[in-house]
Amino acid sequence: MKAKKMFEPVLTRNIHRPNSEKIYTYLANGGYEAVRLALTKSPDELIDMVKRSGLRGRGGAGFPAGVKWGFMPKEADVPKIVAVNTDEGEPGTFKDREIVERDPHQVIEGVIIASYAVGAHRAYVYIRGEFFLGFKRWIKAIADAYEHGFLGKNILGSGFDLDMSVHRGAGAYICGEETAMLESLEGKPGNPRLKPPYPAQVGLFGYPTLVHNIETLACIPHIVLRGPEWFASIGTAESKGPKIFSVSGHVNKPGNYELPLGTTIGEIIYEHAGGIRGGKKLKAVIPGGASTPVLTAEHVDVPMAFESLAAVGSQLGTGAMIVMDETTCMVEVARRLTKFFAHESCGRCVPCRLGSRRLYEILERIERGKGKPADIDLALELAREIDGLTFCPMGSALVNPARSTIKHFREEYDFHITQKKCWAGNQIL
Amino acid sequence: MMATQPAIPQKVHPPEDGRKRAMLLAALYIAQEQFGWLNDEAIQRVAERLDLTVGQVKSTASFYTMFKLQPQGKYRLQVCEGLSCYLVGGAEPIINYVAEKLGIRPGETTPDGKFTLEVVQCLAACGTAPAIKVNDDLYENMTLSAIDQLLERLQQER
Repeated sequence: MKAKKMFEPVLTRNIHRPNSEKIYTYLANGGYEAVRLALTKSPDELIDMVKRSGLRGRGGAGFPAGVKWGFMPKEADVPKIVAVNTDEGEPGTFKDREIVERDPHQVIEGVIIASYAVGAHRAYVYIRGEFFLGFKRWIKAIADAYEHGFLGKNILGSGFDLDMSVHRGAGAYICGEETAMLESLEGKPGNPRLKPPYPAQVGLFGYPTLVHNIETLACIPHIVLRGPEWFASIGTAESKGPKIFSVSGHVNKPGNYELPLGTTIGEIIYEHAGGIRGGKKLKAVIPGGASTPVLTAEHVDVPMAFESLAAVGSQLGTGAMIVMDETTCMVEVARRLTKFFAHESCGRCVPCRLGSRRLYEILERIERGKGKPADIDLALELAREIDGLTFCPMGSALVNPARSTIKHFREEYDFHITQKKCWAGNQIL
Repeated sequence: MMATQPAIPQKVHPPEDGRKRAMLLAALYIAQEQFGWLNDEAIQRVAERLDLTVGQVKSTASFYTMFKLQPQGKYRLQVCEGLSCYLVGGAEPIINYVAEKLGIRPGETTPDGKFTLEVVQCLAACGTAPAIKVNDDLYENMTLSAIDQLLERLQQER
């Protein structure tokens, strides 16, 4: 209890201030101090700090950030790029939109430090096309950062140059995948590239590119100012630092909550998000956005951390929790999420393009009360033939809703098939 | 089949070549703003300005849902059908309500050219669901009566 009280939000510390997105608000609250400090250190020192902090990517994959920085080539004559991923589209996730709309300078500061550390002189921001306010906020924030000498030539007299610009996506979930995002930045359809080569070898326009989610970048200034030991003291053995959890669905107080990684599912739902609406019982939680396997009420004591969620067969993903009460039909949940993935498949790989459609059709049939007894096994077999057999991680993601709801709520599938109707009375258009 | 793996080149394309094409999404937004939608003339103009083929422009334009290859209403009502919206009473109840009120189905435009109804995926407003967008503006915590007020206001605007 004591430890919880002592936690001080850092990533969201400014967002409730009036005019929080303005550079003067940011500067008045210690903004850009981390850049000043970072520019007095050597790039290797900074890479080492980020490695020691234990920071892992906040966009879904959880790759160690410092290791990624270390992958960038050291040769000074190879032009390098930092690409900033604001293409938040994972259903249930709304943290990045809030960060960019309310505190974009925190991210810019992280970008400057990361660019200096890896020797990049160009930073490209990619923002989801739907985020028009965020797009405008990015443009204004970047312009103000130039005006104050935090971007452009010879930043704060350090001799380090960095140019930064923002680019709008145009509606495609897959562009959140890093190589699809690079394709989109190049003006092409967002089809993921085969890896390797990784972006740190061959990235945007063929140059070595460091790609980060904006919540990851927002952590950097705090690591520089407070030290990697401070960051590593928060969280669990393999999941360090603060994390913004987006909580939605059947809770009294949906919203973004910044808490230490390792906070339990139950604490987030009951102590922060106000508990389940209408005093109903918790039935299921999707812990990290639509692509992460669903968990049940029995998992309330599981810490929201990479390793503990993996241990119960799920993933931290983006840390976006979709909370469902006892009235929720889990076949409908799987159907709706699978429809999303079928809609968003880029169409490049057959298992994803056709597999997602077929899987959706099976789930739709069952939800309508027209499923056949063999359909559950057919869905599972199809999931096996999609998982891991595609260019990008979307194949493995899209099978999770069906597979995990069958695993935990198979009786609901059986009911739909034997009783030829949805137990919750859902009607599909 | 190649016997050996080719070495990974340091530079795949000279960036100067790539940078013109990199302006394609921005150019398509501008063209869409000017023409209302991406008709053949708009696509042709973009291709000429960026030294691309019509095929290259179309392949990108047709990949992204926000680029419209059909005429659109003045107000594009985009209703989210995501799980978080559905859980709190959004998605189909709102889609059906708007469809009935305007007398159109999703994907259609009213005969007066004023409204297009579109069903969209997660708008990253799950904490303030149900969410809808009208053109570029996000509306959160929507109810059916809030929809009524919104449509009434848009109806009155010329």
